[in-house]
Amino acid sequence: MKTLALPRQLPGRLPRNYLPVLVTGALFIAMFTAGGIRYEGFATGQIILNVFIDNAFLLVVAVGMTFVILTGGIDLSVGSVVALTTMIAASLLPSTPSFLVILLVLAIGGVLGAAMGAIIHYFEIQPFIVTLAGMFLARGLCYTIGTDSIPITDPTFTAIAQTRIDLAPELWISPTVLIALAVVLVATYTLHYTRLGRNVYAVGGNEQSALLMGLPVARTKIAVYTVSGLCSALGGLLLSFYMLSGYGLHAVGMELDAIAAVVIGGTLLTGGSGYLLGTVLGVLVLGLIQTVISFEGTLSSWWTKIVIGLLLLVFILLQRLIVTTGVSRER
Amino acid sequence: MKRLAWPAGILAALLLVNLIFTDHFFQIEIKEGHLYGSLIDIFRFGAPLILVALGMTLVIATKGIDLSVGSVVAISGAMACLQISTLPSQDSIGGVLGAIGVALALAVALGVGNGFLVAIVGIQPIIATLILMVAGRGLAQLITDGQIITINSDPYKLIGGGYWLTLPFGIIIVAVVLALIAFVTRRLALGLLIESVGGNAEASRLSGIRSHGLLIVVYAFCALCAGIAGLMISSNVSSADGNNAGLWIELDAILAVVIGGTSLAGGRFSLGGTVLGALIIQTLTTTIYSIGVPPETTLLFKALVVTIVCLLQSPAFRAKVFRSRRKPAPPTVPAGEKVTVRT
Amino acid sequence: MAEAILRMTGIGKEFPGVRALDGVDFRLLPGEVHALMGENGAGKSTLIKVLTGVYSIDSGEIELAGNRVAFAGPLEAQKAGISTVYQEVNLCRNLSVAENVFIGREPRKFGRIDWREMRRRTSDLLRQLDLPIDVAKPLSHYSLAIQQMVAIARAIDIDARVLILDEPTSSLDAGEVAQLFRVMRRLKEQGIAILFVSHFLDQIYEIADRMTILRNGRLVGEYVTAELPQVELVGKMIGRELAELERLDERPPARTSDTLVEASELGGRVAPFSLTIREGEVVGLAGLLGSGRTEIARLLFGADHAATGTLRIGGDQVTLRTPRAAMARGVAFCSENRREEGLVPELTVRENLILALQARRGWSRPVPRKKQDELVAKYIKALNIRPDNPEMLIRNLSGGNQQKVLLARWLILEPRLLILDEPTRGIDVGAKAEIQKLVVELSDGGMAVLFISAELDEVLRLSHKVAVLRDRRLVAELPNDDTLTTDVLMETIASGGAK
Repeated sequence: MKTLALPRQLPGRLPRNYLPVLVTGALFIAMFTAGGIRYEGFATGQIILNVFIDNAFLLVVAVGMTFVILTGGIDLSVGSVVALTTMIAASLLPSTPSFLVILLVLAIGGVLGAAMGAIIHYFEIQPFIVTLAGMFLARGLCYTIGTDSIPITDPTFTAIAQTRIDLAPELWISPTVLIALAVVLVATYTLHYTRLGRNVYAVGGNEQSALLMGLPVARTKIAVYTVSGLCSALGGLLLSFYMLSGYGLHAVGMELDAIAAVVIGGTLLTGGSGYLLGTVLGVLVLGLIQTVISFEGTLSSWWTKIVIGLLLLVFILLQRLIVTTGVSRER
Repeated sequence: MKRLAWPAGILAALLLVNLIFTDHFFQIEIKEGHLYGSLIDIFRFGAPLILVALGMTLVIATKGIDLSVGSVVAISGAMACLQISTLPSQDSIGGVLGAIGVALALAVALGVGNGFLVAIVGIQPIIATLILMVAGRGLAQLITDGQIITINSDPYKLIGGGYWLTLPFGIIIVAVVLALIAFVTRRLALGLLIESVGGNAEASRLSGIRSHGLLIVVYAFCALCAGIAGLMISSNVSSADGNNAGLWIELDAILAVVIGGTSLAGGRFSLGGTVLGALIIQTLTTTIYSIGVPPETTLLFKALVVTIVCLLQSPAFRAKVFRSRRKPAPPTVPAGEKVTVRT
Repeated sequence: MAEAILRMTGIGKEFPGVRALDGVDFRLLPGEVHALMGENGAGKSTLIKVLTGVYSIDSGEIELAGNRVAFAGPLEAQKAGISTVYQEVNLCRNLSVAENVFIGREPRKFGRIDWREMRRRTSDLLRQLDLPIDVAKPLSHYSLAIQQMVAIARAIDIDARVLILDEPTSSLDAGEVAQLFRVMRRLKEQGIAILFVSHFLDQIYEIADRMTILRNGRLVGEYVTAELPQVELVGKMIGRELAELERLDERPPARTSDTLVEASELGGRVAPFSLTIREGEVVGLAGLLGSGRTEIARLLFGADHAATGTLRIGGDQVTLRTPRAAMARGVAFCSENRREEGLVPELTVRENLILALQARRGWSRPVPRKKQDELVAKYIKALNIRPDNPEMLIRNLSGGNQQKVLLARWLILEPRLLILDEPTRGIDVGAKAEIQKLVVELSDGGMAVLFISAELDEVLRLSHKVAVLRDRRLVAELPNDDTLTTDVLMETIASGGAK
């Protein structure tokens, strides 16, 4: 295949791995600048904060997805687990203390994830199929609980939903953003400063080698799906704060948004390469696209999907280019 | 065939359940020259799924997968309805045929795009088709301008809701497409070439098979099937809904293929098995309605079926669960060799 | 002589139908480089796998530093001090060099990974091996040679007493090999025992102190490298074919027919070579495993692209971009790698047999079923394929019968040049004789055959002329006249054609 040779090292001592993250970052800045020039009232800090506020739950889910994709897997169940969480929370809250509900849904998410991870690893079934079954299961459970939207009136939940944290005059965020950012920080620390994190990269880089190097491959694979399940449940909680309702049709197709955010953030879908910072940028780009389209007014919402699809195409081709040049060097 | 025995068994069991719970389930009657009955309905409502699953079967046989079929369903329906809605007379047969042609050509073009990404660029099928899965929904809404296009065209209505020779037209289309695929793959040699590429791509290349072209054709054909399914679905309701038409049909189709005994690892495929698989899914839905279980639990059943089928297909599962005391055979793949696959 | 660190006695290992190792003794001394020699199927890789716990042994015992051991897997072997570095390097290329050395046992401070300390220790370690590289860069940034040395560094740091290097040099250039050898010598000084596998004789004579030779799963002997002349080594590796096979006719007379294939300075993964093949001529390719035999075949079949030189087939100059293009010119190639490049395991004997013919005809012109059945019946009979059930899945056939099916796949095409890469390897004696007889018949019928085999007797018996390869280079082209014997061939391989 003919490909352009990428420079082995970018100026400024940045390894090639950072290239996609840089591209995504540049894209975000370019979109923000262009938006600022084109629309009045766009270039404000609150616009960026709003992107965070509106996408806090997606950010958390995408963090979990990043773990899974870094090992070379995929998790299609996240959207359904988000919906299931809102549903369980909404149906239990009237009769159960809120902290118990929160613990319970997190446990359910974690256990579901761990179960899928175990099936994937021990029975050697493709992650795609196992998590597809998980997706059906979680949605099915939602509908068994109820087919209608259930409002949430719990005081703790509504309090969180209505709280505004003022950062500066004219700049505020919601508590959910703080939670999401805390998740990002903890996850970044885990990926870069713990053995679990490095094992995630190793398994994604070459599972067979990881096994031969004595790394706990089984534990790592089960762990990433557990993390993803936990993140989905937490994302579901954030969504309940945001929507104040539980509904079986919440977060339909969210798995695609999460995967898109991770890929646009520069993580290789084949595993082993990528950064959480990229995922954060990916979520921001997705959110900003929606903002731009709402500012544009005449542009309709479906352009979001088309643009996301095109971005996916561009980034997948970019990844392909990086992998190809990387491999050809080794031959 | 032995391979079809247990999907057929499941279908029979499902039908039996219906026999017990539903009166007149097996009754087929002719009213006004049209066939009516629960069994006919299963075929009629299952027709789009059967079509999509047939296309998917060929893709999966090449060791691939096509996630974009749901989007293609929506796009083709939207395109056809848009074209028809602009006709001076919506009942003009020529106009309707033209609209169908445009819609199907678009579907094929999208399939060629998928095939190009998989065969020439070398992107994993699941990722390559994910792009169109995401963008395609937007494209469908772009075509319909976000509205639900409603049309009133008798010739178009025939495709998904009409009857011909006492049979629902959808069933006839499925029969024709099935016959065509069966002819091309089993009478002609396409099936052998596909199974060979899916079974061992390198050996196939060294035997002189043009696998690139073959892959593009298969993805294009899969998209064509999805396109026809899209016409059926939109014709049945006389409208195009870019957002919801064919939603999650890709997952049902993959499920149907897997239930039908075609392995996701590629190679041997079974068209009959896929049809049975699709019928099982459709019957499951019908059964759940008819025995009074809340329809919402369909997904739970599907989850159950996917899990059981995949576990049974997994050699690791069989080895671990049905472990016999035989001496394990030496690994045929030396430990070092697997590693070279990924760099 | 020092006490052996590793001692394997009477090792036996059997696979269904094959006795892979039969009472093999092996010992390894601390501070030596020991070469393990043998052709395909000699049992080298089985011995290594038995040693590292990939396979269990059926009989015999393994002693490491005086203690009897049995490992359940490579990991356990590694913990006991036996590390293996493979040609394809079992590391994670996406991680940094430092991580590859330390992953799984990273230095930690306050519970978090201490990156600075990890890099410092890696740098120190690599500097000891004369490898001053930036350890923060991903491993994929570096050449395969450096990757191998990083793998070695990891093994040493985990405290390896025995280091197994399995064909580490096959993809390295001369400079990289020199660098690797420097590292090996340094490790030797530290008292580490190195088991070294390579197909390059020059390298063996440069680095190995002693060697153990295996043939057909049996021990031939243990030798001091300096005391074993190369020609004797080759003889011991290849052995003599005993009178198991019925003698075919005396050597075939040289052909004077028209030239069919003319390669001039054709090169790719082999050094540029020139070779002509006449119609009806059998040209033998002799050389050890890894000497470039298969590479030449793949170039002539368009499976690999030529980097240099020109190729003429039937007088026309051609550039073969795909196997399909070569097939259109009448070239057929029966690969030595049956499992990966030949069989489609889930298809039946019939389907595998007609695959190439069907590929040539395209999807729209199926071979009529009646014609298929005729062809299949004909070749099942002609090649004596057992069992003679065309609807059986090919994966259920024995190796020899699979080979015959693949051969038939190409014979159906009636090619002008048939390239046979190790067609008789790993199959029983009866099938072997049948295939040899077939080659003679085909050649008499006017088909040119490029015959590749590690067995020199076989090459001599069938070929009109023999091209000799060594270390990825065509070193001699010898007419098969009365003066050509297996001894001469061995001499040529051993000396590299320089007499």
